[in-house]
Amino acid sequence: MSLSASPRLAATTDRFARPSATTFIGTFLALALVIWSFSGSELSAEKLIRGVPYMGNILGRMFPPDLSRLDSILWSLATTFQMAVSGCVLGLILSFPLAVLAAEGLSPHPIVRTLARGLIAFFRTVPDLIWALFFVIAVGLGPAAGVLALMIDTIGYAGRFFAEAMEETDKGPREALSTIGASKTGLIFSAVVPNAMPSFIATSLFCVEKATRASVVLGLVGAGGIGVELKVAFDLFDYDTALTIILAVFALVVAVEQIGGSLRRRII
Amino acid sequence: MIPTGSDTTATTGEPSPVVAISGVSKSFGPRRILHGLDLAVPAGESLALIGANGTGKSTLLRMIVRLAEADAGQIRVLGETVGGLRGIALKRFRARVGVVFQKHNLVARLSALSNVVHGVQSRQSGPRAWAQSLATAEVREEAMACLDAVGLADKAMQRADSLSGGQSQRVAIARMLMQRPELVLADEPDASLDPRAGREVMELLFRLTRDKGLSLIFVSHHMAHALRFSDRIVGLGRSESGGGIALDRRALHCNEAELAAFFEAPDEPSDNIEPATRPLAVLT
Repeated sequence: MSLSASPRLAATTDRFARPSATTFIGTFLALALVIWSFSGSELSAEKLIRGVPYMGNILGRMFPPDLSRLDSILWSLATTFQMAVSGCVLGLILSFPLAVLAAEGLSPHPIVRTLARGLIAFFRTVPDLIWALFFVIAVGLGPAAGVLALMIDTIGYAGRFFAEAMEETDKGPREALSTIGASKTGLIFSAVVPNAMPSFIATSLFCVEKATRASVVLGLVGAGGIGVELKVAFDLFDYDTALTIILAVFALVVAVEQIGGSLRRRII
Repeated sequence: MIPTGSDTTATTGEPSPVVAISGVSKSFGPRRILHGLDLAVPAGESLALIGANGTGKSTLLRMIVRLAEADAGQIRVLGETVGGLRGIALKRFRARVGVVFQKHNLVARLSALSNVVHGVQSRQSGPRAWAQSLATAEVREEAMACLDAVGLADKAMQRADSLSGGQSQRVAIARMLMQRPELVLADEPDASLDPRAGREVMELLFRLTRDKGLSLIFVSHHMAHALRFSDRIVGLGRSESGGGIALDRRALHCNEAELAAFFEAPDEPSDNIEPATRPLAVLT
């Protein structure tokens, strides 16, 4: 039997459902929001057209990249990566206990859980650049401030994913351990952590990638690393050195993402 | 109401029963599951709990280790009043009762041996009880002996998720042995297994508990298992009173099909109408 629909049947089926009044108003409001946003951004065709020659000019002055300061650039790139790794490791270590407190079924009390979740959410919602500004004031200019900012940023991200990974583990082994009479720590480390491990590792690798990307801009506010070099190069109209820095950053981020990605694929 | 095992206790002159349940009731919302249930399990007895789904067999087992709370009545297990246990006392009590679940509940990503090592957490805490690689030599040795007792010493280093259903359940039994329990509960340990593996698991549970003189309370839907591996069968039915009836296996002259017929599930369990339990007299 053929499945071709009869043309009459197709014609009687509406192509679109008639929108309800709320859908209509909602769409209208969304459109209004978009138009209002563009009006505030002062972006105009005229500005863009006038800007094109300047962009061309800057790009022209970037080429060829100036490699004369390459070794000092690579050194500060190394510092950036050191910041990313150490901030990330500190953050991951602190994420774990916080995630336990935030995980349903593992948290000692609902109030503790709400507080832990709130703290993690706060760490996540405040942007890393603001944390960097805060720590530059607190501990002074330099990589230490960057490391602390990346640590907080990592907790905000990993804390949430660790907690979710632990909540999603099989409930059966947990029940088995608790009927054995195991302690809460015993239960967490014997039944929950082993099963959540692939997820922990994937999240950790992703955090290193994220921290590497984030660490580049932290230098802009004086929190150490290559960002400060980039800022100085732009401030001195030294665009060909800036290009070298941008390419170096690009190479680092791509390398970390590729290695991290292939490790994650191998684990999952 | 079902006859208690007190008569058995009296005739053999044994000390107080391992499990003594008196007047226990349990409802889930408007649905009465158990009502005024009395049951005593003497030391060393193997008791089969049978009955249709929703008659409270699993709930009864869960109440014995306080994974569920009774609405009324008293449950005394191993000399402890279960309802009053909190915190550390509850943990210590649970450590004395071995539980085998329908689902083996092993930690999938750990080796069989590590899963068995977890059983030591009934008496030892800290990192050395978390995995076989961290365990002390004595604990590893005992865990290997437990695996050997269930015939799986050669699978010690295999990951739990690579084992078959029957093997997994046997590892769970080894973990329960590692716990050194004084009483064993098993909630349909044969349910998710093929007939042969299910029978092997039941045989193993029965033999191991019998060898150690431990009481075993198990729930099964396999009437053949209930008949073969128990000293006494207690059937929980949906009766006006919500109680059950007890059958002495040795006095039972029916085959499995007949036994099953007595506890067949009503087609549509209703919240309001509770069909009366079929009379015990028909059996004998």
